Amino acid sequence: MIVQIENLHKSFKDVKAVDDISFNVKEGELFAFLGVNGAGKSTTINIISGILSKDSGKVVVCGEDIDKNLSKMKNSIGIVFQNSVLDKKLNAYDNLKFRASLYGIFGKEFNSRLKELTELLDLRDILKRPLNKLSGGQKRRIDIARALIHNPKLLILDEPTTGLDPKTRITVWKVIDTLRKEQGLTVFLTTHYMEEASDSDYVVIIDSGKIVAEGIPHELKNKFAKDYIKFYNKMAEAEEYFLSIGKSIKKERDFVQVEIESTEEVHKYFAENPSIFDDFEVLKGNMDDVFLNVTGKNLKEV
Amino acid sequence: MLLESRKLLSLVGRNTKSYFKDKMLFFTSMLTPLILLVLFFTFLRNIYLDSFRGAFPDGFSVDDRILNGIAGAWLLSSVLSVSSVTVAFCANMVMVDDKIHGAINDFKVTPAKPTTIYLSYFVSNFFVVLLVMLSVLLLGSIYLAIVGWYITVSDFFMILLDVIINIIFGSLLASIVLSFVSTQGMQSAIATLISALYGFISGSYMPISSFSKGLANFLGLLPGTYGTSILRNHCMNGYLQAMIDAGIPSESIKGIRDGFDANINVFDNSVSLGAMYGILLGTCLVLLIIYVIVVILQSKNININLFKKIKKPILKKKA
Repeated sequence: MIVQIENLHKSFKDVKAVDDISFNVKEGELFAFLGVNGAGKSTTINIISGILSKDSGKVVVCGEDIDKNLSKMKNSIGIVFQNSVLDKKLNAYDNLKFRASLYGIFGKEFNSRLKELTELLDLRDILKRPLNKLSGGQKRRIDIARALIHNPKLLILDEPTTGLDPKTRITVWKVIDTLRKEQGLTVFLTTHYMEEASDSDYVVIIDSGKIVAEGIPHELKNKFAKDYIKFYNKMAEAEEYFLSIGKSIKKERDFVQVEIESTEEVHKYFAENPSIFDDFEVLKGNMDDVFLNVTGKNLKEV
Repeated sequence: MLLESRKLLSLVGRNTKSYFKDKMLFFTSMLTPLILLVLFFTFLRNIYLDSFRGAFPDGFSVDDRILNGIAGAWLLSSVLSVSSVTVAFCANMVMVDDKIHGAINDFKVTPAKPTTIYLSYFVSNFFVVLLVMLSVLLLGSIYLAIVGWYITVSDFFMILLDVIINIIFGSLLASIVLSFVSTQGMQSAIATLISALYGFISGSYMPISSFSKGLANFLGLLPGTYGTSILRNHCMNGYLQAMIDAGIPSESIKGIRDGFDANINVFDNSVSLGAMYGILLGTCLVLLIIYVIVVILQSKNININLFKKIKKPILKKKA
């Protein structure tokens, strides 16, 4: 296990920001930590990374207990913050050089690591430009380079693609995939995009400081999200049929939606009433549904 | 220890570079000295010259080089005194910016010790102010060399010492006050307030002796007044000696010293030069103790923000 959290507690005055949570992150996996703003995600990340002290509980990161070896542990983690925290008026090279020095990386060692990162993240053309002159995607690449400057084992990404355009999001994910495949990096991710969480190896959902669900995405979808059929053409007939057999429906402008327990149910309905299956689709429940069913909150609206 | 020192040096370099790259911040910090220069060359210079002449008994006069020199030297002492505090506050805005924009969290996730991080702000602040002050001193010296140079070598070295004491005072004061600031609003309010006000309360814009007795006594209780006065003494000494050599009576010299803040009288007691150094060094010591406590509290992640309700530190803003 690269991260072990046991019975973690953290309160701010009367607010229990993190309330007795425990979870593990396996080495090499893409771990997704989901929750609305204020759920306790950031507090947990802040404790793991040593920015914030905990009230109680045990946190072991990369084999180091943060109560005993916080400084040593910090050499093993890299963080990409949601909002870039690098110096906007300085160029990318200076930013990376000054940050590297805080890990004791100077001179030749820095140059050699910078060369590796320049190739990995395609930084050559942007190194000498001030950060405030770079595009969102270019800045994100520098943020990732900064997080990796000391060769960490665990990369924490706090909503790395929030605010980025779709093309840049794809670029950022390509970089993260490459890092995982080529360097075996463990990635700890918080995100608002459910499709990003769907691609992860393990998901933990946190709400009001407590873990409300966890598992691999497939299991979570099976457990918390139902599949459904959408009827586009014979809407009135479909509505009449499903109401007659006591199924509840969701009616929208251009389709009628019916929740199903399993795909086998489709065979049954098709056999009974094939005429309504004129223009339809069967959809698997997604992580948005999981999140909504587990927390009662829609992540896209909060 | 050596590694931590290298980290400190690197951070000092980063803070210093950030300050000089921020043109707006640099301009704001130079605002007060610039105001002083404009005031001097538009009308203050003539007022000072008239005041000096007015202090001489009828029939006595001195070389214009002495008069022009002492007016310039008085301005130089004003600029040096006020800059030590205004530049220190503006240069330390790098620390406030780091809190506002989250760079401080980026430092805290590294193995660098928190004390190294916080100390770097003070050290870079000291060097930024020193650099600006030495540039001001160089320009001032060139001006005085042109209009009339009467500053002795020993006085010049004392001016350098005074500059360093003033910088330590200004940097400590700025580091402490700005430790409690973590919002953009407070940041601009303090920068504006210091730039506008400090020139008056340190007696840099106009001599404290020209204020009402009550206000002058109050300003006499502020240590910044003595930071200005020690500079006044060493900047003016050579010129006053030249006036004595030219036969100006000692009562007139005393009048000039009193009128131009080389002598400070608080509640009718004259404060000696030694006492001024004592007050300044004592203040620096007290400020240093407060600063060490502040750094220890910050290093332990203890919230010392007095201007804002305690709020949980966040890694990200609401999307």
